[in-house]
Amino acid sequence: MSTDTSLAVRSHEENWLPILELATEEVFEIMLGCRVKPMDKSELPTQPGGFTAMVGLAGALCGILTFSSDRETARELAKCMLGPETADAEDQISDALGEICNMIAGNFKNKLAGTDGRCMLSVPTVIKGEEYTFRSLADGESLETVMLFGNSPVAITLQLHS
Amino acid sequence: MGKIRALIVDDSSVMRKIVERSLRQAGIDLEKVVEAGNGAEALAALGKEPVDLILCDINMPVMDGLEFVRQLPTLDNAKGVPVVMITTEGSENHVVQALSAGARGYIRKPFTPDQVKEHVLPVMVKKS
Repeated sequence: MSTDTSLAVRSHEENWLPILELATEEVFEIMLGCRVKPMDKSELPTQPGGFTAMVGLAGALCGILTFSSDRETARELAKCMLGPETADAEDQISDALGEICNMIAGNFKNKLAGTDGRCMLSVPTVIKGEEYTFRSLADGESLETVMLFGNSPVAITLQLHS
Repeated sequence: MGKIRALIVDDSSVMRKIVERSLRQAGIDLEKVVEAGNGAEALAALGKEPVDLILCDINMPVMDGLEFVRQLPTLDNAKGVPVVMITTEGSENHVVQALSAGARGYIRKPFTPDQVKEHVLPVMVKKS
């Protein structure tokens, strides 16, 4: 797979969801010291919201990776990363979620054969609040998983350009 | 190896704290930690005070980590200071670029304190 378009084609032919879930599990285990596991999305009444971090991918693989959780879960994630005394400030919570999203995106692309230096990540962006509509111009494959952090769901979505 | 002064360069304040904590967990005795949010801030900080070790992200606004490493030799008090990159960019291409620019080590995020120890201690030993 040597051309830039081949990765977009592969996203249709190969099942990348387990790779995305593994990349997420590793980030949680190594950087937050806790385990997450995929859950059945049909058991989820609504998509978790409140904080949404986004990282763009460009080059051989184009698209956007988002990581969403509710406000309380976001605070717990920041506490896991920073310790209980330092993680109450909103900007630190946003920063923590942005880094988690960034590491999942990086870990995911590093696990894909063929990206070798031809896929770049943007710096993370974090949206606070739930009353917004999100529309990516990515028109290709969409991978989505919901994972349980304790009893709280976190959603990871990767939307790719075709 | 005695107490060291470290410069941690990352646009995420959370990640700067995690890197500092990992250095301490790796048994590295820190006298002082200087923080910078991008390469330009790091060059300015180095102009004010020397350090013994630099840990640097790659993807940052204003000036990225590779450009920062390339510009380091222009500072008198930064010559010979080891730089270890800590980044999500894990491709061979990025590693080669970083090492060619002058970095002495490369750690991929996510990382454990043991990995920090494994990559930082050898470059500090060589320096002393």
